[in-house]
Amino acid sequence: MNDNIKPNSVGIVEPKTIEIKETLKLDCGKTLESFELIYETYGTLNSDKSNAILICHALSGDHHAAGYHNEDDKKPGWWDSCIGPGKPFDTNKFFVVSLNNIGGCRGSSGPNSINKKTGKEFGPDFPIVTVKDWVNSQKLLGDCLGINCWACVVGGSLGGMQALQWAISYPENLKNSIIVAAAAKLSAQNIAFNEVARQAIITDPDFHDGHYNNHGVIPKRGLSIARMLGHITYLSDDSMRQKFGRDLREGKLHFGYDVDFQVESYLRYQAQAFVERFDANTYLLMTKALDYFDPAEEFNGDLSLAFEKTNSRFLVVSFTSDWRFSSSKSHEIVKSLVKARKNVSYAEIEANQGHDAFLMPIPDYLKVLSNFIKNVI
Amino acid sequence: MERKDFKFISEWIEKDSTVLDLGCGDSTLLDFLRINKNVSGYGFEKDIDKVQQSINKNISVIQADFNSGLDQYFDQNFFDYAVMTQALQENKNPDKIILEMLRVAKEGIVTFPNMGHWKNRLQLGLFGKMPISNSLPNNWFDTPNIHLCTFKDFERLCEDLSITILDKKVLNSSYNSNKLLSFLPNFFGEIALYRFKKS
Repeated sequence: MNDNIKPNSVGIVEPKTIEIKETLKLDCGKTLESFELIYETYGTLNSDKSNAILICHALSGDHHAAGYHNEDDKKPGWWDSCIGPGKPFDTNKFFVVSLNNIGGCRGSSGPNSINKKTGKEFGPDFPIVTVKDWVNSQKLLGDCLGINCWACVVGGSLGGMQALQWAISYPENLKNSIIVAAAAKLSAQNIAFNEVARQAIITDPDFHDGHYNNHGVIPKRGLSIARMLGHITYLSDDSMRQKFGRDLREGKLHFGYDVDFQVESYLRYQAQAFVERFDANTYLLMTKALDYFDPAEEFNGDLSLAFEKTNSRFLVVSFTSDWRFSSSKSHEIVKSLVKARKNVSYAEIEANQGHDAFLMPIPDYLKVLSNFIKNVI
Repeated sequence: MERKDFKFISEWIEKDSTVLDLGCGDSTLLDFLRINKNVSGYGFEKDIDKVQQSINKNISVIQADFNSGLDQYFDQNFFDYAVMTQALQENKNPDKIILEMLRVAKEGIVTFPNMGHWKNRLQLGLFGKMPISNSLPNNWFDTPNIHLCTFKDFERLCEDLSITILDKKVLNSSYNSNKLLSFLPNFFGEIALYRFKKS
């Protein structure tokens, strides 16, 4: 028995895959005739199907949000601190659904899946999907699971954007929306970071216009650099100082270009681990989905008009040291919700972990989620 | 626990109206007004523990410091009432906050402790010490009350700012009213409630 599996864990979980045989019209103009989604569920759906919570993942996340896949699994799902018996998304009370979005690389239809029309892998030809497309696909998943109205849709970062879009796209099909460390649109600085990441991947000689699998290679260097850059923006200056300072890996400088400082070693390790589990085409696609997100656009840039028809309660959460999606981005969402006279609460959590704080078990953060979710049904 | 001043405030507030509570604390007042007057609105609170308690009560609360202004949040006359209980004296610029309350709401309601209460006067005037009392329990060096005033001071400020006082209630520190208080309010009153609007 794995000692890591504590009583408040959902335990061993098994992902399921569903083929949704509905045509999905995408924002880019293309359509998916049918698509597969991989998802996990935790807890039990009640008889009137009113206790379902949908978890939306961020850029590099997936369907494995809680629990372990097997006895030997060392690490639980990415949001294990929030999902489980007695945790904010209490599986004694709620039925929690977490999926891998289309365009992903962890089992749902994406660049690595086979295009039925050609019999070949999609690769770079998988259409660029948007947050809205994801929400539409998630709606269809809900329909398949018999969930007409989610008690709550929740997500952090890019996941928070999905929770926000849900409230706008399907006002009658969710009761609550929790938007953590997100933004109603990216700033030029955000887009710039994404562009550097994309350029790193695209200019890698092993990229082959996205057809790297056909050449039996992967654009490791590009994907590594993209991840390193991203990782820096997810941490705060303060947390990096605390974690690494200027500590040297071997106690001395080498006067060369190999690793001197611990922070360099850490970034390389993170990048290496990422390259092994993530797909470059998916990374490109995810960053585009981030860049394109702007629900206010069709309302002349007025976000409060986008919120006008929403019916859900909202909780918006930001973290003091997050500079990738700073509190001012959350303020923008809150102000627009207030302007539209919507039921919204906002908490700015003291945390020094930067953007990554949304994944951390910070007591005030977990408490604010618990307090909000308590009144969900 | 429900405070008696909340009952008096509630009497001033119309049913089904919209209320902004600045420094809403644990939102006991908003909760009380929601139940008794079916009001809707928002609380502003900077302390995370109180924000937690408000969310727990299912009140819409925004964690923010309103000292930096409300113009980024609310247009003119967004609310029917802007309320601030026992927080006026903690503001950097009470005069600006009062004007801001009357920009975002049609009417303002404030409650604050009276520096002119006879016990305070006695402590400062006779014993030469900064007053400590039930309504002003802190030492001078650790008090959040940086802009204390008397009822007279407040009324003069309203006059200067062209604000009409619509209602006034003077209470002792147990939030009760009596004849003595109406006889010499600025001497015997410990806490005052004011309802006001632009002249």
